[in-house]
Amino acid sequence: MSIDLESRPRLAPGCRMNEKTQQPRTLLMPERALRLNGPSLEIVERCDSKHTVQQIITELQQLYSKAEPAKVEQDILGYLALLQKERALDFEP
Amino acid sequence: MECGSPALAFRNLRHTRMTFATANPLALIAELTHRCPLHCVYCSNPLELQTRATELSTEDWSRVFQEAAALGVLQADFTGGEPLTRPDILELIRAARAAGLYVNLITSGLPLDESRLEALVHAGLDHFQLSFQGAREEIAQEISGTKAHAQKLRVLEWLKRYRVAVTLNFVIHRRNIDQLPEMLALAESSSASRVEFANVQYYGWAFANRDALLPTREQLTQSIDFLKKTQERLSGKIKVEYVVPDYYAKYPKPCMGGWGRKLMLITPNGDALPCHAARVIPGLSFENVKNRALREIWEVSGAFQEFRGEAWMQEPCKSCDRRTLDFGGCRCQAFLIAADATATDPICSLSPQRPKVDAILNAINSVGAGLAPPSPAPPAVASPAADSLTKPAWLYRPNPA
Repeated sequence: MSIDLESRPRLAPGCRMNEKTQQPRTLLMPERALRLNGPSLEIVERCDSKHTVQQIITELQQLYSKAEPAKVEQDILGYLALLQKERALDFEP
Repeated sequence: MECGSPALAFRNLRHTRMTFATANPLALIAELTHRCPLHCVYCSNPLELQTRATELSTEDWSRVFQEAAALGVLQADFTGGEPLTRPDILELIRAARAAGLYVNLITSGLPLDESRLEALVHAGLDHFQLSFQGAREEIAQEISGTKAHAQKLRVLEWLKRYRVAVTLNFVIHRRNIDQLPEMLALAESSSASRVEFANVQYYGWAFANRDALLPTREQLTQSIDFLKKTQERLSGKIKVEYVVPDYYAKYPKPCMGGWGRKLMLITPNGDALPCHAARVIPGLSFENVKNRALREIWEVSGAFQEFRGEAWMQEPCKSCDRRTLDFGGCRCQAFLIAADATATDPICSLSPQRPKVDAILNAINSVGAGLAPPSPAPPAVASPAADSLTKPAWLYRPNPA
């Protein structure tokens, strides 16, 4: 299961963030909830069917400029794969 | 490594999913009604069903949703009975969403047409869980005492047109466990992102019908093998969950994530229970949401406190390392099998009561026990013994007034 860098991830049906007023920010999905903070929140907020995977990586590399860029990319791809396995993401061309 | 680095945060995050560490309930199981057009022989409702006249009003439920969200609950599971028999179902979905909850609907799909489905989605329904009694009409009708299968297939087609999460819930037992490939094909041809194959657990109506429902060890082994391969094949496409019967397990499940740790169940009349079956345990009394705030019920009521922590535990649980994993297993099962709600769950291989469970399994697994032919048409002249195996004397769940 490889992730296409040019695809545009978005949250699958039935997967959504809780309201902005609710803390902590949480990704709600069937039978699961995932608390998000820092980079995980930055990633999921960009899964909007507008950003490509590559754009998400580039933006987070800038945001976390002190971290090793290759490591950031690897972590993001790993995290997107985890969400895909949970069926929380659809990837649009 | 510094704190803001993704690597560190991700590592932490993988362990934060629905953890047990929280003091708040995470899900509210809302049994909106006990009324149901189906009569399933394994229904998880209690033997004593509540009537329509005692059901909570729309306003009561709306207040409960607000109180639940304030208490930290994230998800509401609308169940029953059949939740769609509530004429105010759209208002209830809107009220739960307005409170900030994620809304699951667990339904037979029976009192539904496409325009009502569309209205449910527009009201804010997040997740539609459609229950199935089998892959074919004959077994579904035998188990539910109702002709419902064709309607479920129609609902599956409608669901393809709406943006909502779909889970198919197949309830598995001896009479349909050999149909798993057909059930899976049904799921793959639908818009479902999840499919649950949950073996019946033995409480309530299922306990009464247990001997006709428990699968054989051979059936179970085959099913586990098949579904493991399926999980790999469908990874990233459909999430496949499998729940085996407790009776065949080596260790108990952390029932409800531990007593009073994660979940709160509200019955149609507003009683607050730590689990579906808690009423079988003698001596517990339950508070009602009409008389007391949800937070108080959760934090201090006797029924929720009864089996929290470890003070109530007996040996072998008391000194067992697994007690922090499974919390001693299921209190209701301990009562049903060992007649002692504080005993170690008798399905645990370390329990002194385990021989009782083994005796039940041995009877099921002795030669020829209950392996009904996979297709209909029993022989025209059947011996009485064979007939009782192919046509069990089911105890059907009635529909309350």
